[in-house]
Amino acid sequence: MEALIEWLGLGDSIALLSLSSPGWGMNLLRGLANSLQIALGAFGFGLIIGLFGAYGKLYGGPITRDLLAIYTTVVRAVPELVLILILYFIGTDLINQLALAWGYGRVEISGVAAGIWVLGIVQGAYATEILRGAMLAVPPGQIEAARAYGMRPFLAMRRVTLPLMMAFAIPGLANLWLIATKDTALLAVVGFSELTLETRQAASSTRAYFTFFLAAGGLYLVVTLLSALFFGRIEKWARRGQPSMKGGGA
Amino acid sequence: MMKLRAFFLPHRLVMLVLFAALVVWCAVALNWTWLPKYLPLAVQGIWTTLLLLVSTVVLGFLLAVPLGLAQAVGPWYLAWPARLFCTIIRGTPLLLQIWLLYYGLGSVFPYIDGIRDSVFWPYLRAAWPYAVLALTLSFAGYEGEVMRGAFLSVRKGELEAARAFGMPRFMIFRRIWLPLAVRNVLPTLGGETILQLKATPLVATITVVEIFSVSSRVRQDTFIIYEPLLLLAVVYMLIAGVIALAFKLVENRVPSQR
Repeated sequence: MEALIEWLGLGDSIALLSLSSPGWGMNLLRGLANSLQIALGAFGFGLIIGLFGAYGKLYGGPITRDLLAIYTTVVRAVPELVLILILYFIGTDLINQLALAWGYGRVEISGVAAGIWVLGIVQGAYATEILRGAMLAVPPGQIEAARAYGMRPFLAMRRVTLPLMMAFAIPGLANLWLIATKDTALLAVVGFSELTLETRQAASSTRAYFTFFLAAGGLYLVVTLLSALFFGRIEKWARRGQPSMKGGGA
Repeated sequence: MMKLRAFFLPHRLVMLVLFAALVVWCAVALNWTWLPKYLPLAVQGIWTTLLLLVSTVVLGFLLAVPLGLAQAVGPWYLAWPARLFCTIIRGTPLLLQIWLLYYGLGSVFPYIDGIRDSVFWPYLRAAWPYAVLALTLSFAGYEGEVMRGAFLSVRKGELEAARAFGMPRFMIFRRIWLPLAVRNVLPTLGGETILQLKATPLVATITVVEIFSVSSRVRQDTFIIYEPLLLLAVVYMLIAGVIALAFKLVENRVPSQR
């Protein structure tokens, strides 16, 4: 093993990436943990927005519907980087003004919270469209039947609409989760130390750009591939009980 | 005419009035004094953004066609590398790819013998070739996947009919296979072009001066935060709207199969 490493000339890279102090491996892993934390939080926040948004778009009044249409259109037409800056400044401004109004001093906003707030709003717009499409794919008879049984809207949502739409929503949501993990990299631009920024710092202080950027790319790729496996499992679970399409309905 | 009538519902009129009031308030109450000074730079920035967008979309698409073809019908020694390329591009953040190319290649090139005397050196030292390369590869990676599905979606009978007419293989590809495949994915291509537009501001991080970096400079010079960002968002929305409209026009021109 060591002879192989020596032969490939990877000794320096291994030393740079080692987890103990002279190596930068721990920094990268800490960045990855931060990235995943934000991605998870933003994905969850986005799902909540998306659920309300989808219900608003399908069953809301005309004004709710128009406002939601503006929200999803604007968020999907403006680059994430610009939205991140706008929401970041608005968020910090609002919180500081609230804090001043209540007599506290300036507040330090945690990068994780800011990242979740910013990316969550972006994710919410996409989640709204995905969930709306999935809800439309639920056969209307099922929802009518639930109503005929006298289920309240919330109960019908929990027992009928949500479980039935899962199978249609999962592929889109899987894509959205991958976008969330990759969009965390954009927070590097506002100076939050997630994986990409940690990588850049490590790379620029050791001048070993290829080593670190390739290592970070590998980490992102592992996350992507594991997520694909995980979502494949979930989709299978969500589709349980549906007739198989294999054989083209023959 | 009926469509317009259906659009102008009473509540929409109220919302339009509110929106107009908001625009007027923005124009009057916000600080726009910086605008005349930075306008020439902004126009140049928009031009750079558009140039980046168009060139990388065209180059990326040219690269995506062989990538999609290799994945769809190619032998394994072409299909596997193509699939690997698409997976890697789609599985890592674009920002990381841009930085890898710019800082990584940029740190290797100066140590190659004789490269500083070559005619390429001025280009290798500038930032924009790396930006174009990274954006092109990214677009090709995403589009390669789209084109794979597009090539497979063309019905076999069409290709068989072309072969029965005695067309050579390349002519079949040029006249039948590619046009039908592209027609099938035109809406997707429109969406992907808008996604590419939204990816262009990332190259501001490697010192390419496009519209996003102009707004950043205004912020740093004048400490005005919201106005440049607001204008920036409007510019991007306008460009995205034009792209969507253009693709809609093209879609309406081609006869649809279904």
